[in-house]
Amino acid sequence: MAKIKGTIEVDIQKCKGCAVCVSVCPTKVIELGAKVNDKGYNYVVMLNEDDCIGCAGCAMVCPDSVITVYKKKFE
Amino acid sequence: MMKVEKISENMVYQKPRLITNNTMHYCPGCSHGTVHKIVAELIDEMGLEDNAVAVSPVGCSVLAYNYIDIDWVQAAHGRAPAIATALKRLMPDRLVFTYQGDGDLAAIGTAETIHSLVRGENIVIIFINNAIYGMTGGQMAPTTLIGQKTATTPYGRDTALNGFPYKMGEIAAMMPGVTYVTRQSVDKPAAVRAAKKAIKKAFENSIGCKGTSFVEIVATCNSGWKLSPVASNDWMRENMFPEYPLGDLKNNG
Ligand SMILES: Cc1ncc(C[n+]2csc(CCOP(=O)(O)OP(=O)(O)O)c2C)c(N)n1
Ligand code: SF4
Ligand code: SF4
Ligand code: SF4
Repeated sequence: MAKIKGTIEVDIQKCKGCAVCVSVCPTKVIELGAKVNDKGYNYVVMLNEDDCIGCAGCAMVCPDSVITVYKKKFE
Repeated sequence: MMKVEKISENMVYQKPRLITNNTMHYCPGCSHGTVHKIVAELIDEMGLEDNAVAVSPVGCSVLAYNYIDIDWVQAAHGRAPAIATALKRLMPDRLVFTYQGDGDLAAIGTAETIHSLVRGENIVIIFINNAIYGMTGGQMAPTTLIGQKTATTPYGRDTALNGFPYKMGEIAAMMPGVTYVTRQSVDKPAAVRAAKKAIKKAFENSIGCKGTSFVEIVATCNSGWKLSPVASNDWMRENMFPEYPLGDLKNNG
């Protein structure tokens, strides 16, 4: 069965740790990590990359445009 | 395990080309950045990069020209629609739009706003309604909700003392020269998509000289509201949306 999978890349030095992306992820695969960036913000990390569906919802609501989304269909 | 490679053929979303690499000065989670992103995407997709002039306000988005890589003019407080009027009349083939907060558009700039709507100028007004003066530290705005606490209404907005919130969208819709009035938000992916569609329509109206388009974005100011960004979105949906319901108020386009 074909399966759509996704993943994201976060520009961690530009992430401000607002968590707006976390609140909209339908599969709950992202959260604010324990580590901070050079500005002191807890940046976003992926918890379980395998569950990401590449919907790009997180990236769409990110005010700082720091998320890039990738998606692929596996047959 | 199936792994998605981070290569260009798999990429489905990235920072818009016309959003500069400058780090935005906005507070974490501020709606301004999300609206900037939609505007930048549309200008690129519509091929208007060299054919658009925007006017930035006084308010937190005064520096919007640092973030969206097109031509800008920065107006004195509240005067953006007057500047946009001149720009559009001198360069009628351009997309001309203002980007203004509620303090800028609905308080100090009331005269310029109302009269550009009365004249039906062929411009777009993007109105970020976060119900507060963000830049100056969270004072009451004309659009502050009844009972809402701000720096200047510490016990909540009291109508006997502070009057009532006013609805700029409804006022704009009354004007014969205004073609399109819509109220949107950017708190969820579906809302971002709808707001993008609305701003696109407004931009097309300006290019086609079809009268004024007024796009209100019900937005958050988490610093002014003294809530986290995520709690601000919840507060907005619960308290702002009943007072400022989303959807088209007028569509004669
Ligand atoms: C002539 C003048 N009066 C007052 C000010 C102070 N001032 C700066 S921004 C602002 C209000 C901004 O609020 P809003 O338009 O809602 O934008 P926000 O910062 O919330 O995005 C005020 C009163 C000013 N800069 N110039
Ligand atoms: S692309 Fe969709 S599923 Fe993947 S992290 Fe972002 S919001 Fe979650
Ligand atoms: S929305 Fe953007 S800035 Fe905010 S936490 Fe997510 S990635 Fe970081
Ligand atoms: S003060 Fe409010 S409007 Fe200004 S950047 Fe911060 S959150 Fe945004």
